[in-house]
Amino acid sequence: MRVSKSPWLLHYDGSSCNGCDIEVLASTAPRFDVERFGIINTGNPKHADILLCTGGVNSQNKDVIRQIYDQMPDPKVVLACGICACDGGIFKDCYNILGGTDKVIPVDVYVPGCAVRPEALIDGVVKALEILDEKERAFKKEGKRSLTSSEYKALLEEKAGESETKEDTDASES
Amino acid sequence: MIDIRAVISIIIYILFTPMISSLISGIDRKVTARMQGRKGPKIMQPWYDLLKLFSKEAAVVNRIQKILIIAHFVFALGSGVILFGGGDLLLMLFSLTMAEVFLILASYSVNAAYSEIGAQRELLQMMSYEPMMLLCAVGFYLTTGSFYVSDIIRTSFAPIVTMPGFFIGFWFILIIKFRKSPFDLSTSHHAHQELIKGLTGDLSGRLYGFYELAELYEKVMMLAMVGLFFLYDNPVSIIYAVIAVGAVMFSMSLIDNIFPRVKWELLLKYSYIVTLFAGGANLLILSLFL
Ligand code: SF4
Repeated sequence: MRVSKSPWLLHYDGSSCNGCDIEVLASTAPRFDVERFGIINTGNPKHADILLCTGGVNSQNKDVIRQIYDQMPDPKVVLACGICACDGGIFKDCYNILGGTDKVIPVDVYVPGCAVRPEALIDGVVKALEILDEKERAFKKEGKRSLTSSEYKALLEEKAGESETKEDTDASES
Repeated sequence: MIDIRAVISIIIYILFTPMISSLISGIDRKVTARMQGRKGPKIMQPWYDLLKLFSKEAAVVNRIQKILIIAHFVFALGSGVILFGGGDLLLMLFSLTMAEVFLILASYSVNAAYSEIGAQRELLQMMSYEPMMLLCAVGFYLTTGSFYVSDIIRTSFAPIVTMPGFFIGFWFILIIKFRKSPFDLSTSHHAHQELIKGLTGDLSGRLYGFYELAELYEKVMMLAMVGLFFLYDNPVSIIYAVIAVGAVMFSMSLIDNIFPRVKWELLLKYSYIVTLFAGGANLLILSLFL
């Protein structure tokens, strides 16, 4: 049976202004009622299928996000909600902000907006459900798992290393 | 000698309970949503939840946890088999207690803070509903002269006639058993996240699926107990029993939605008061006059 028929959601609030969090809560309230899709807002990473992040990543919460993400059982997807979670938003240039959620864990769906509207959020969740289905198929057939946060970290460092060397060569050429 | 009717009802119980129980829970969730002015999930949502849990990977914390959860499931299923097979009511209650004990042990075994608090609270919950459960079995014995379910349903009048107090007490502990709002201390449904799901906090994927499945079996078993108060030697009584079960389920949703949760002290106080005054008084009258 497909996971997307009963996606349980875990909401993590990074360093946001709380605008997005209010909207997340609003979407579980009567007017938007995400429970009609079978979505339950669970507080437990071990029961969750979707990790919904709001707000940017700072040096204090980066390990928290990694830990939560690693505790979620496969198949799972990550949703970055609000422009802060996408790339840091208005806090981007603060000394303590590392950037968006994808600085520490792989993100599947980016939902822009400041604050993100419940309509956009629900749209994002529906997108995430498609990805969840795909991931479930891959998981069942080939046993393909999502990257763990440390694998993702290694991947990022590798990429950063590549672009650095490229910049170096660019610089030396000019 | 094997009773064919008992075997058939056991088979029906084992095969169809997950579906029927999911449907009951689904209706419960729908009714709850409507009470809150929401549209609510699909009627079979608990069934989808269950299937999903079984298709997810399980992060097993330690090997003993897995064994304990399976034991919890087996004992919960087993007590239902005793009930539907027309067996001994006392044996069924003890088996159910065993199931709970395994669940609590599973929670303790993971050594995690929230699971542990959940397990402690579950123990408190057990403390508060167990006396009433046993009293009910005694009440059935005094009314019908037997602990056997097969005899209880063959009496000439509905047991509720002589045991209304027991029924009130049983109805009260059902709120605790079904983990409904004022008393859902150890783990919680829906949006309550106080303890990060407490008791079940460290179960994931298939293991959590087994827990949920055991819950579904238990639910039908408890509702069957409600029906037992109304069944007697007349097929019409089945209709009364179904109506009673429906009414009880509706009252559970209602209570879930209008009461905030309480602290454990209040849980113990209320449940003991109800046990004493409803169950105890009824027991006294029964044993004096029957
Ligand atoms: S995107 Fe806007 S509303 Fe959302 S957390 Fe960032 S600043 Fe606040």
